[in-house]
Amino acid sequence: MSAAPQKAKPGGQQIPVVVSAVVPLNDLVTRFEFQCRDGGAFPPFSGGAHTVVEMKDGDLTRLNPYSLMSDPADSSTYAISVRREDGGRGGSLFMHQRVKQGDEMMISYPVNLFSLDLRAKKHIFFAGGIGITPFMAMIAQLERSNGNWELHYACRTESLGTYVDVLSYKYPNKVHIYYDDQNQAIPLEDLLDGQPLGTNAYVCGPKGMIDWVHAAASAAGWPDAQVHSEEFLKPEPGREFEVRLCKSGKTITVGENESLLEAIERAGVEAPFLCRGGACGQCETDVVKADGEFVHRDHWLDDDQHASGEKIMPCVSRFLGTLELDR
Amino acid sequence: MSKFQFPESIKSRPVYGTLEPRPGKAHLFVADAEGAEAILDLAAASPDLMAGAHIIYIPKGTDFTEKLRDLNPAQFYEGPTYAASVQRLRHVLENAHQGLQVYLTGTEGLMGQAQNEAMQAGIPHTAIQTEHRGSVARRMQCVHCKGITEDVITDPFVCAHCGLNLFVRDHYSRRLAAYQGVCIDAEDPGNVPEPVELYK
Repeated sequence: MSAAPQKAKPGGQQIPVVVSAVVPLNDLVTRFEFQCRDGGAFPPFSGGAHTVVEMKDGDLTRLNPYSLMSDPADSSTYAISVRREDGGRGGSLFMHQRVKQGDEMMISYPVNLFSLDLRAKKHIFFAGGIGITPFMAMIAQLERSNGNWELHYACRTESLGTYVDVLSYKYPNKVHIYYDDQNQAIPLEDLLDGQPLGTNAYVCGPKGMIDWVHAAASAAGWPDAQVHSEEFLKPEPGREFEVRLCKSGKTITVGENESLLEAIERAGVEAPFLCRGGACGQCETDVVKADGEFVHRDHWLDDDQHASGEKIMPCVSRFLGTLELDR
Repeated sequence: MSKFQFPESIKSRPVYGTLEPRPGKAHLFVADAEGAEAILDLAAASPDLMAGAHIIYIPKGTDFTEKLRDLNPAQFYEGPTYAASVQRLRHVLENAHQGLQVYLTGTEGLMGQAQNEAMQAGIPHTAIQTEHRGSVARRMQCVHCKGITEDVITDPFVCAHCGLNLFVRDHYSRRLAAYQGVCIDAEDPGNVPEPVELYK
C-alpha cells in the first residue's frame, strides 16, 4: 500500500550524536564535529544542506540551523562551523561556551534548501564571512566529480578569514580572497561578464551582499533561476503580543526575545518546522483573526500573501496586536 | 493581423507572451514568417536593442526581410528553412555568454525547436521569451511511430510517416518541441471525423 510519508515529529527525525571535536578556528569561529552515538554512518547529504542543532539550555530548548560544511562523501562525521554572535539570541554563545568534546546532542536530519544545480556548466560561489560554510561542502562535492567552479570570498580581515588557509592551499587557482580591511572588494560586475552560458551563481553572506549579487546579475541579464542564495534569518526581538491557538484552545504570550514558533512550542503545541529561518515554508500557518499589524520577515510568502494577512511564518515573523491562529 | 489569442487549455500547452526588452549585452532573435512583425514592434519601441542583436530569420514565403535588414541589427541571417539555420543557431549558443537574451517569435514549431536548442545550451526555459505570430499550425509527433509531421493545420490529420489518422492533442513535449498526435480510429478503423482547420 502506498501512502504519503508521515513525518514522525515536527522538524523531522533527529539523530543522536556525540561531539567528537571542538576546533577553534579564529577569534569568532569554532568548528564542531559530530559522530553518531551508535557509531554508525550518518545519512548522506548534498552540498548546501543544513542541520538544526538542538541545545538544551536549562529550561530552554534552542534549535538553530547550521550549514553542514564537512565533505558530503564522509558519512562518519558531520561538521558545522559556528560564528559567535555576542549580541545574538544566545545560540551561538551556547555552542561556544558550553558545548565540549564528548557532549551528547540531538541534531536534525539534513535538509537542503541551497543545493547545487548540477545542470550548470560552471558554478561561481560568492561568500561573505561565515557564509563560506555551505560552499565548503559544495566544493568537496564538486571536486569529486571534477566540477567546474570558482570561489570569491570576502572576509573582514586576514585573521578572521575562516578556512582561507585550507582553501587557498588546496585550490590556489580557483579560490579568490578579498579582505575588507585592505579595501579589497569582489569585482562583481567583471566576474558576471563573459561567463559561459549555463553558469550558475551562488551567494551566501550578509543580506546586503545577497541583494547586491542578485541585483547585479539581473542587470547583467542573468536568468533569476541561475542565481541562488541562502540567508538564514534570525527571529528578531519585538514587542510582546498575545496569540490564541484555535485548534489547541490555548492562549499564549510571545515574549520580547522569543519567536512566535518558540512560544507555540513552549506551550506544548506541536508545530511543523524545518529551517527555522524563514526560508523553507514548512511552518506556514493560517491566520484566523488578526487585530493589529503583521511584521512579516520571511523569504517564503510573496508580497501579495503578506498583504493578504491570511498567512504567517511563525519562525521569524511577529505581530503587533492580538492574533488568532489555526494551530 | 498576425496575432492570435489561443483559448485556455491544459497546463501542458505552452503559453506565449509579448517580447519585451531585457538587459543584456547580446540579444539573439530567432523568427519565422510573421514573427518578423514582433521584432519590428520591439525594435520600434526599443531601437537601442538592435546594436547588439543577431537575427536569424526564416521567411517561409513572406517578405519582411528588407524591413528587418533596415533595423540594422549587428548580424542578420536569412535561412531557407529551420533545418538549414540550426547549425548557425547552435554555433551562436556555443559561443555565447551569460546575459545573452533569447527572443523567439513566429510559429509554435519554430519557437519550440529553438527553445530546445537554447535550453540544451544552458538557458532555463523560464528565461527564454516567446511571442506567437502568424500561423497556428503545429509540429506534431505521432505517438505510435514517433515521426514528426510539421505544420499540421487540421484535426485530425494523417501522419506523414505511418499514415495513421491522428487526433491533435494539446499535450506538449518541450523535449521534442512537438504536440502529441494519437490515433483517432484505433477501435473502429476507418471511422474518422471530417478534418477541421485548427481553431476554426
